[in-house]
Amino acid sequence: MNHWITLPVLIPFVAAILIEIVGRHHIGARRVLAVCAGLGTIAAGAYMLLRTHQGEIFTYAMGGWEAPFGVALVADGLSALLVTLTGVVSLFAALYSMNRHDTKGKFFHFFLQMQVAGICGAVLTGDLFSLFVCFEIMLLASYNLLVYTGEERGLKAGVHYVILNLAGSALFLVAIGTLYGVTGTLNLADMALRVGELGPEDTALVRAGGLLLMVVFMLKAAVLPLHLWLPNVYGSATAPVAAFFAILTKVGVYAILRVSTLVFGSEAGVAADVLAPYLLPLAALTLALGMLGALGSLRLRKALGFLIVASIGTMLMSIGLYTPEGIAAGLYYLVHSTLGIAMLFLLVDLIARQRGEKDDRLVVARAPAQRALLGLLFFAGAIAVVGLPPLSGFLGKVWVLQASLMTPHVVVVWVAILLTSVLALVALSRAGSLIFWKGEEADDEERVPRATAFELLPVFGLLACLILYTLFSGPAAELCMMIAEGLLSPGDYIEAVMGVRP
Amino acid sequence: MSVLLILMLPFVGILLPPLLQRQGRLAATLGAGIPTLLAFGLLMSLGPSVLAGEVLLASREWVPAMGLTAGLRVDGLGFLFATMTLGIGLLVITYAHFYMKKDDPLGRFYAYLLLFMGAMLGIVLSENVLLMALFWEITSLSSFLLIGYSSHDSEARRGARMALAITGLGGFCLFAGLVVLGQIAGSYELSVILASGDLITSHDWYVPMLVLVLLGAFTKSAQFPFHFWLPNAMKAPTPVSAYLHSATMVKAGVFLLARLHPALAGTSPWFFLVGGVGIATMFFAAYVAFYRHDLKGLLAYSTISHLGLITALFGFGTAGAAVVGVFHIMNHAAFKASLFMTAGIIDHQTGTRDIRILGGLRKAMPFTMVLALLGSAAMAGIPLFNGFISKELFLKETLDLPLMAGAPWVFPVVATAGALFSMAYSVRLVHGVFFKDPTEKTPKEARDPSMGMLVPVGILVAICVIVGIAAEQTAGPLLAAAAGSTVGGELPYYSLSLWHGFTLELLMSAIAIGGGVVLYLQRARLYEIADRWPQLTGQMAFEKVQGLILSFAEGLTARLENGSLQRYIVLLLGMALVAGALPFLEHGFVTGTAELTPTNPVAIAVWALLVVATLATVFTHRSRITAIICLSVVGLLISIIFVYLSAPDLALTQLSVEVVTILLLLLALFVLPKVAPPESSTLRKIRDATLAAIGGAGMGLISWAVMTRPQDSISDYYLENATYPVGGGTNVVNVILVDFRGFDTLGEVAVLVLAAFGVYTMLRYARHTHVEGVDDMASDRYPVVLVSVSRPLLALILLMALYIFLRGHYLPGGGFIGGLVASVALILQYLASGIDWAKERMGVSFRYVAVAGVLLATLSGGAAFLVEQPFLTMTLLGLKIPLVGEIDYVMTLLFDLGIFLAVVGGTMTILSQLSHMQEDREPFDEEARAKETDPWKP
Repeated sequence: MNHWITLPVLIPFVAAILIEIVGRHHIGARRVLAVCAGLGTIAAGAYMLLRTHQGEIFTYAMGGWEAPFGVALVADGLSALLVTLTGVVSLFAALYSMNRHDTKGKFFHFFLQMQVAGICGAVLTGDLFSLFVCFEIMLLASYNLLVYTGEERGLKAGVHYVILNLAGSALFLVAIGTLYGVTGTLNLADMALRVGELGPEDTALVRAGGLLLMVVFMLKAAVLPLHLWLPNVYGSATAPVAAFFAILTKVGVYAILRVSTLVFGSEAGVAADVLAPYLLPLAALTLALGMLGALGSLRLRKALGFLIVASIGTMLMSIGLYTPEGIAAGLYYLVHSTLGIAMLFLLVDLIARQRGEKDDRLVVARAPAQRALLGLLFFAGAIAVVGLPPLSGFLGKVWVLQASLMTPHVVVVWVAILLTSVLALVALSRAGSLIFWKGEEADDEERVPRATAFELLPVFGLLACLILYTLFSGPAAELCMMIAEGLLSPGDYIEAVMGVRP
Repeated sequence: MSVLLILMLPFVGILLPPLLQRQGRLAATLGAGIPTLLAFGLLMSLGPSVLAGEVLLASREWVPAMGLTAGLRVDGLGFLFATMTLGIGLLVITYAHFYMKKDDPLGRFYAYLLLFMGAMLGIVLSENVLLMALFWEITSLSSFLLIGYSSHDSEARRGARMALAITGLGGFCLFAGLVVLGQIAGSYELSVILASGDLITSHDWYVPMLVLVLLGAFTKSAQFPFHFWLPNAMKAPTPVSAYLHSATMVKAGVFLLARLHPALAGTSPWFFLVGGVGIATMFFAAYVAFYRHDLKGLLAYSTISHLGLITALFGFGTAGAAVVGVFHIMNHAAFKASLFMTAGIIDHQTGTRDIRILGGLRKAMPFTMVLALLGSAAMAGIPLFNGFISKELFLKETLDLPLMAGAPWVFPVVATAGALFSMAYSVRLVHGVFFKDPTEKTPKEARDPSMGMLVPVGILVAICVIVGIAAEQTAGPLLAAAAGSTVGGELPYYSLSLWHGFTLELLMSAIAIGGGVVLYLQRARLYEIADRWPQLTGQMAFEKVQGLILSFAEGLTARLENGSLQRYIVLLLGMALVAGALPFLEHGFVTGTAELTPTNPVAIAVWALLVVATLATVFTHRSRITAIICLSVVGLLISIIFVYLSAPDLALTQLSVEVVTILLLLLALFVLPKVAPPESSTLRKIRDATLAAIGGAGMGLISWAVMTRPQDSISDYYLENATYPVGGGTNVVNVILVDFRGFDTLGEVAVLVLAAFGVYTMLRYARHTHVEGVDDMASDRYPVVLVSVSRPLLALILLMALYIFLRGHYLPGGGFIGGLVASVALILQYLASGIDWAKERMGVSFRYVAVAGVLLATLSGGAAFLVEQPFLTMTLLGLKIPLVGEIDYVMTLLFDLGIFLAVVGGTMTILSQLSHMQEDREPFDEEARAKETDPWKP
């Protein structure tokens, strides 16, 4: 019995419950539980990676009901990768929150662990309706994480966020209903089998259902033109929340990738390539507008939000090639950009605090008190998100270029990547120059809060992850390649779940 | 191994200067100097084998999937550049120790310098071209840091950003070009690429690839029209200008041309692009240099000009020209670094670098004068100096260009003109600073600097002179080795001797030298003419373009991302419409084959009522109470439809959900104005109505298409297996919820609890806000009838809830519905008897109840682990309870109880928080605050 498959969901889920029950009145207990949960999720993810990195796929029938009738959890390399990444980011977010942030509201750790459980559930489930449920958990948890402090900024952004996403949820249900109506199943692998058997009379219906589903995922992933909600939401969140949200959009990317290859792949009969023609151009535009947004932002946090949009564009453009190399490069970049952005969100919090009331606004203010240290970290973070050497963003971009070279999309991809890289370079060098070079020296009279070692720990931790990721790019790239090949020939996945090959 | 060590030493050394800084300046300098010296020593130990023509390779796997290896290579060319990088690096570190001000953070400066040094070594020692591109960008980054070193100076900041943008752009293009190159050659290893010249030059992608690679080279080596960043980079401390911006980093571009020469050169695109740009840059920059009044500005343009010269030589594409190119790289590095350092000395000792102010320093600074004179002579190409030999050879090469057979005079003429200006600005440099009468007093009293600054210059100048006199004996072996790996085959015949007889190139040299002097004498008139010309520089164009992009980005972002929720929802719906409609437009709409069920008048009436109620909700939405009542009608009608379609469970659920939500909504109304303000313009309403209508019609069509299709779904399985004892119950809906898909249910329960917590958090903070238009608290007493009826009802309804809950497994009901019904009973008490009364009697925290419910559900699912069954398996044996009898499937029951508790807890959390709001409401003194916190305002 592969009970370990449930661990990435159960560890944070149970931790969340215990945080509320045991740790109701003890912030210390909540923190200990949160750290344990973070470590546990990482451990579970690492174990999953260990089991799946050779391409093996494991399934788990919830409640003992076999697929397609019960809910099946499916552990493969892709889900293992995302679980591990989620664990890492959640741990550092939790650690960082212990400085001033998790005491701003009562339930921070509860919401955070629920969010982790929702994400892990989403990447593990092999069932479309479960995916919906997990998306709901994610949505509600993330909404709560936005408003948990009760600060006005977060409240307003939160209300916008939740309403827009509830509209998305309604659409999700419509899409599920349509697909269920035409295929008669909810299990993704089963759906993949049944889609292949549909006759031409069902073509339009199944494709409409598929595209509607993709629209929902694109809303989650913040793909043009559904990206506009993101910068303000991320810009309004507290630092650990925003840092953790770096993973949130990636679940949208995951869903796009999983469903569009498994159910609507190139061999899906009448439902073949539902998304393929649109994804790459949309992603290229997302990248362009995201980067222009980063350049045109007046606040640093918002600029980071736009950089997330741009990174989504980059990875989806690569994934949109629907070749093994393209998907692998997109995945490789996904991990990199999540770590990089998360680190910058934490860092910007420290920087903004030392700039006084100018906060993160991109205007002349006093320079951060720890100018050299924070400047160095900002430099490293900027290198990561722009995609400059020596950090992994550079390798990711090189790989995207390589992957697109032999395809008809080479011009679009190359122009988009090269131009936006320059835009990112300009945007971040301007911001960095403004904050660290142009900043006025601090007055002696004012006490500037210096970042403590404990506050810096998560920032350095994420940077260390980036460096390790760069150094071990070889195995990482190999893993991405294995995952990508598996996604493009979903026979193994379907067989693992349903016992038959298409 | 030692190659790797050479490369690593500067990177490891980065840490030393900042750490040693506290021990004093000397410690910091030693911290930078010792790793450099060690690396230099190691490199020299490789000298004999490299000079013998050996190519040392060391390779390690890194990212095989991308073709990226950590491959290093030391051949003649790499050795030459590494020697320059480390050798001049040592001199610059020494020089900087004396040059930098006492209060400069020397540790940081040296750290940047070592970062650059390591990256530059990386470029020249890489075997893998992707690795080379990686180091390439790091040099741009370190250059950015070093130019912006004087960060308080706005021009330094701007110069740094400009340099980064231009060289960064070039860097991106370069790595793109190298990706193509590797693809063509089939490998990113230089050994393979250099051996596939024919394959590469005949490939379809040759020209685009070449353009990308050249963009990298030209931006780095400041070739026209990308040259302008280099003069702006002169804000960097002078040791940096001497090191990065004349001797090494800007040479990376020409290094690349040399490196890839065997693979890319020799075609006509190569000739015209590289040769053309090079010669144009050479002339143009020499011309501009002559007009610079700033010493470093003059030297910067002179650098650009010489880089143009080298570029042109590689562009000629012949082996002979390439040899000369390599030779001039060596010579230029020596004399230009020395001159920059001299300019630094002058600046350091007098406080100015303006040639118009300076003058007559020969008396005050005799040593400096001698060094400057010798260095300038080399730069001008005067015989007996190294610059002369390479310039002569260059002029000779321009005379023999097969591709210019149509107009053979073009290159020689331009080259001579460039050399002429080169002579003129060299004369100006020496005469203007040391010989002509000073016009003003310099800010500082001039005198020769300490030996520490003079010695590094002296060493470089000595090299210029020695090589100039005995080139073959001194520079010969190194040149042969470096040129050998540039040419990639047999070296052509060349002679480094001073005297080649009376040749055409000697005449050209003479013209240049003579003409240069004449030009300098006529300088006053030339400056006058130049002043009248309009100023249009690359820098202005760059800033204009950058400004345009910035304002475009700002404008576009502000316009698109305007914070309007309505817009985002319109976009979402629009996308959904497009996504839903496209397939039907493409493939046509097909009604299914299933037979239509007959309808009857009742159904039609209910349907019509539903439409009316929905429309009424829309039209009355501004009057909130009316709208909520209409909405409740919609909900009730839907439950009726469920009943009609024989779905009692759904009907019950819908009904109880409806009751609870409407009650909560009514409570929420308390904090909202009774009448919503008009928020949309007519146009917007039309837009929204159109979208809604199309969306609704689309939904209808999709539903039609789905429902007219015959069903072959997993639900049959549920119906078959929802039997006792297989599924543990006979009510299929409940069995699906707690058993077949218990995981989903557990998740949804968590969602409900999270939603309750969300409402709790939001309302807790919104408590003290006041909204205009809300009446004061109703002062009426609670209606007696309601109070007296509701209390006995409590017990009855709770009992009913329990009943519904328990029977759920067999008949319509279950934990969810039961929980909702129980909530209704409790809510009723709040409504009838008042909050205070109810609160007193509710001794529990509902949040706690809710979470406990989730815990119970999880535990009952986890119990399956004990019997080695999957999570949420409900197969435990029954439990005998006295009086009640045997309860089967106790785990199912516990799971359902968890749901029950979570629903009650969640609902009541929301309710109690809503009632708190009323309790804590404060009078009207916070209008402004209320406006600010209204989350509904866009």
